[in-house]
Amino acid sequence: MERLKNKITQAVLLSVGLTLASTSFSTFAADVPAGTQLAKVQELVRGNGAEVASLDPHKTEGVPESHVIRDLLEGLVNQDSEGNTIPGVATSWETTDNKLFTFHLRKDAKWSNGDPVTAEDFVYSFKRVVDPVTASPYAWYLEMTNMVNAKEIIEGTADKETLGIKAIDPYTLQVTLTTAVPYFVKMMGHTTVKPVHKASIEKFGDKWTKPENFVGNGAFTVANWVVNERIELVPNNYYWDNAHTVLTKVTFLPIENQVAEMNRFLSGEIDITYELPNEHYKRLAKDHAESVSIPGNLCSYYYGFNNAKAPFNDVRVRKALSYAIDRNVITKFLLGQGQKPAYFLTPEIVAGFHPQMPAYGKLTQKQRVQEAKDLLSEAGFNKQNPLKFTLLYNTSENHKKIAAAIQSMWKKSLGVDVQLENQEWKTYLDTRRQGDFDVTRAGWCGDYNEASSFLSLMQSNNSSNDPKYNSAEYDQIMNKALLSTNDQERNALYAEAEVVLAKDMPIAPIYQYVKARLVNPHVGGFPTNNAEDKIFSKDLYIKQ
Amino acid sequence: MFKFIAKRILEAIPTLLVLITISFFLMRFAPGNPFSTERPLPPEVMENINAKYGLDKSVFEQYTTYLTNVLQGDFGPSFKYKDFTVNELVASALPVSAKVGAAAFVFTLIMGVGVGTIAALKQNTWIDYTIMSTAMIGVVMPSFVLAPALIYVFSIYLGWFPAGGWLDGSFQYMFLPVIGMSLLYVATFARITRGSMIETLNSNFIRTARAKGLSYTYIVLKHALKPAMLPVVSYMGPAFVGIITGSVVIETIFGLPGIGKLFVNAAFNRDYSLVMGVTILIGFLFIIFNTVVDILLAAIDPKIRY
Repeated sequence: MERLKNKITQAVLLSVGLTLASTSFSTFAADVPAGTQLAKVQELVRGNGAEVASLDPHKTEGVPESHVIRDLLEGLVNQDSEGNTIPGVATSWETTDNKLFTFHLRKDAKWSNGDPVTAEDFVYSFKRVVDPVTASPYAWYLEMTNMVNAKEIIEGTADKETLGIKAIDPYTLQVTLTTAVPYFVKMMGHTTVKPVHKASIEKFGDKWTKPENFVGNGAFTVANWVVNERIELVPNNYYWDNAHTVLTKVTFLPIENQVAEMNRFLSGEIDITYELPNEHYKRLAKDHAESVSIPGNLCSYYYGFNNAKAPFNDVRVRKALSYAIDRNVITKFLLGQGQKPAYFLTPEIVAGFHPQMPAYGKLTQKQRVQEAKDLLSEAGFNKQNPLKFTLLYNTSENHKKIAAAIQSMWKKSLGVDVQLENQEWKTYLDTRRQGDFDVTRAGWCGDYNEASSFLSLMQSNNSSNDPKYNSAEYDQIMNKALLSTNDQERNALYAEAEVVLAKDMPIAPIYQYVKARLVNPHVGGFPTNNAEDKIFSKDLYIKQ
Repeated sequence: MFKFIAKRILEAIPTLLVLITISFFLMRFAPGNPFSTERPLPPEVMENINAKYGLDKSVFEQYTTYLTNVLQGDFGPSFKYKDFTVNELVASALPVSAKVGAAAFVFTLIMGVGVGTIAALKQNTWIDYTIMSTAMIGVVMPSFVLAPALIYVFSIYLGWFPAGGWLDGSFQYMFLPVIGMSLLYVATFARITRGSMIETLNSNFIRTARAKGLSYTYIVLKHALKPAMLPVVSYMGPAFVGIITGSVVIETIFGLPGIGKLFVNAAFNRDYSLVMGVTILIGFLFIIFNTVVDILLAAIDPKIRY
């Protein structure tokens, strides 16, 4: 009896202790809602697509790299679960003309070796990005911010020391741009503009990213890295907000095979997948509805016409082909995860972007097909002289399905003979770049949540303008928009740019992406509304 | 014997050289390059990258530089995995593939020869039929079908083994990949062993041994097994090759950080130096293994001389 009593007392004390622990926890862990029962083991496993090419933010360009680096390094600003820009290392910032920006850095930010994070670190890092010696694949990103001399330094005509950035004092950073960029602060959330630890790079060179050498300023640091198997992160005890980090370990698994990743999720080994296999979507949505997460995504899927090549230099041909694509069939029946038909290059989810639906977007598919037929026969194509061309896409089940569907739509409604050609990724990139195609599949994801991240692609001088669209009218609108400091005016100009695109149809927009993945319901704090898919592991926790 | 081995090693040098040369030039002439990205790099950046990896020199000069470095054991930096050299990547991947491959190979031999012998001894009984029809399924089932089926049954449905990964390479992470990799060869070895064993058991010298009144078990183990193993040993070479190349599929499905996965990714990424490094490694292993098989054959078959 005595022993039983003791046990009961122990149990009561224990539960009180636990409650105390969890309440005291939730009082300072702002992100964990009060009353949430946290699991004992706070270890998270995330599927991460391809193996990362590097953990050096200045040498990477891919999404998998960004997912890991976001946890390892903290830039001037972060994003909240809704995609809003919130303070990171910078607690506040000001500008009067959108050309000169002053950032005030927090004094408690530290590197994982205890060194303070200062304005000098950002100066060093930004110069490293544009330094041609670094050969950063995303150096152009700083050029896009219009930072003083960024372009010249990248091109090798100016010294990197002349970059428009300086440390006023250890905690005040000043950036100068050549022209006003009202969304500059938003752009500072990108992987390319994360700071790196100068002393470590000088000491270890290319080897600084190895777990034994790594020094970062993010909420986590690298504990273990086995190429093609896993990257393990543990909390950075020096992180200024470490008290709010709930997870004790985050593991990223590089799994490119979507089915393999799904299997490992279903067997309970992964908490958050990188994506999910389209062909299993319906079954997953039925059997694992609680795990399927499908927020909108800042990406567009489209077909680019070779505007420099006959017959695609004829707007009537381009329009006819675009009109004849039944976008609803593709989004509803082929994809069916909530993707939206696209009539614009810019996805409608982009902040502040309110385009006007072009005329063809308002027609029924039957009417569109009728117009398409008229346009095509006006352009000189008919039964005796049918339009024939090749559609290029990069090898993927999804692209193949869509290409086959569109091929049959074109055949059925316009009598057009289309040959499908798939090429493996790198070959496809080369072919596209060399302009050696008729019509090509393409996609684009925004680097920042602003329409210019998409619309600049179609400017005649843009290096990614593979459709070779060249319109003075469009360029003029875009140049005006990029100079405008008024959000409303700028977005109106972006809408105007889309009108020009609908008129010239250099590309045929097809659908707006969603980001479908599996998330175990025991994961708390997952951002379901962040269009740029910026997930910070520091905001996540595991419920009981 | 030593003369034979020395000769084989000397023969290997020109073979490897041809292999290096062909792969080197094929790789360079493949469309796409390691640094083609969706957003093209500015020419200035591209120049720096080319200079860093020696791509600014003529292809022939690149080739001679590469050969010189390889002779010194330096396989260069990986083009894709910028934080690692090829030597580092191979050093971390090889033990994984070697462990899984060796386990699969040993398992294949023991199981294949074992059940093949049993089937031969119990020829035309239900045991024989069961073993041989199961083996038939094993032969026709490709690993990219078998492996997901194994995962579905043992990982998702029963939950006995993890659906992939390596972690520490312990038994539970090895089990399914080893089965997935070896089943085809177990089946093939079983069929070869059975056929060869039946033929041997029907031959004159076995009849003589039986006439002498020796026990059946003694005859099988002492007299029949050795000659019956000849086709089995000959098939070890192709089986080893198959297991290595098959590791590409198995390692991708199970997410093992081995050579096969490294190889596939390297080819897709046009990681020139990594493709070359792994090609040379696999070529080297093939030559070594074929030599071992030749020595084994000579040891078993008195008709073969070095």
